[in-house]
Amino acid sequence: MDAGELEDVEIRLLLEGLQRVYGYDFRDYAEASIKRRLSHWLAESAFATFSQAQSDLLRDPQLFASLLQGITVNVTEMFRDPAFFKAIREQLVPFLKTYPFVKIWHAGCATGEEAYSMAIVLNEEGMTGRYRMYATDIDEAVLQRAQEGVLPMAEMQSYTRNYQKSGGRASFADYYTARYDRAILSAELKAGIVFAPHNLTSDAEFGEMNVVLCRNVMIYFKPALKERCLRLFDASLLPGGFLCLGLKETLDGRETRGAYQELAPGLRIYRKRYG
Amino acid sequence: MAKRFRAVAIGVSFGGVQALKLLLGRLPADFPLPLLIVQHLSPEAGDGLAELLDELCAIRVKEADEQERIAPGTAYLAPPNYHLLVERDGSLSLAADARVSYARPSVDVLFESAAAAFGSTLIGVILTGANGDGSSGLRTVKQMGGLAIVQDPEDAPAQQMPLAALAATRADHVVPLEAMTALLCRLVAGEAAAAGRRPGDG
Repeated sequence: MDAGELEDVEIRLLLEGLQRVYGYDFRDYAEASIKRRLSHWLAESAFATFSQAQSDLLRDPQLFASLLQGITVNVTEMFRDPAFFKAIREQLVPFLKTYPFVKIWHAGCATGEEAYSMAIVLNEEGMTGRYRMYATDIDEAVLQRAQEGVLPMAEMQSYTRNYQKSGGRASFADYYTARYDRAILSAELKAGIVFAPHNLTSDAEFGEMNVVLCRNVMIYFKPALKERCLRLFDASLLPGGFLCLGLKETLDGRETRGAYQELAPGLRIYRKRYG
Repeated sequence: MAKRFRAVAIGVSFGGVQALKLLLGRLPADFPLPLLIVQHLSPEAGDGLAELLDELCAIRVKEADEQERIAPGTAYLAPPNYHLLVERDGSLSLAADARVSYARPSVDVLFESAAAAFGSTLIGVILTGANGDGSSGLRTVKQMGGLAIVQDPEDAPAQQMPLAALAATRADHVVPLEAMTALLCRLVAGEAAAAGRRPGDG
């Protein structure tokens, strides 16, 4: 057994332990990527091996919290993939407008940028007060930040560009207040969003949703966990509801594929069939 | 018989489109190894490059899909704005993690995961580029017993990436791009002459 294989064994044992002690289950995450993030954490820690770290990690919730921060991916941006948000605005929202009230589940929202982007689109399209968005994430520290809605000012230029490319109609600067190097998102964007913890590996569905967004989250999962998530989303969606995935994620080859038609080809916006 | 090499990983940045046209364009359709490629592109650059190269090349060239199983004689490009990784079972993964050395996709991320997956049966190739991405990845390839090839900096439109790679590790071959396709074919064909089975192989 070479050093790499030995480390794989150590990682398996550690993930098993973390699941039993803390309930966070990373065992079905694609290995290369989680191994990379774990190795970074280990390199920054005082431990030489995962076996050495394991004893402390299982006993010290603070230490585990630092590991959790290291292995969850919280990279996001406002109007990430402008073409996707343009399709949301032009092709999906017209369907939503036919309902008096809609419910949206944004699974894996990280620091909330895409949820706020969605709120901007819905408000601009005249749906203010007619939606509730449940934005969930596994990581409660990250949800706290999402709830605060404070973004680095340095990002605003690129977010403004994204917003305009996505078909934004107003001045993006109207949606935040600048305070030194921070941009504070306006309260009207937060009004329709509920941030809540949810773990895709173990928690149940959210009922009766019109839209489920889960972008660039399942790329980190092994096939069995992906299928679990897609079943969860399917159970959450009303007939005629919409499932939105990341640009490199597809329903092709998945169990639930037959129940959906593609609304915007290439942009991974699927519509659940009736019956 | 055990194969000496099972995959080629390539990292390239500034000047990469021309370099890849030349390198991949000369590979024969029956080139037996998969090629995994990170080319730095702006996120807006879109998906055109894989289609363009596929038109020009005898081998198949495509953008990598998540959880795709790698096939011989096929070149996989990292999609814009995603890291490309190799799993130990020989499938591909994509990741939307933060940029590494300002890059997503990052050459280091590909090389480190490919080195873990393929060990001594990996060939790592660093081509032209105006940043230092890939140097630490190539060092890992060497540490795991793989083979390192670097484009001769004198031959590269941007020297920094080859120079950084050469500073980080001892390359097995430093060659101009013109000679690289022939070198790859020779290395792969030479497997019959290579010594027997390696630990951890297959």
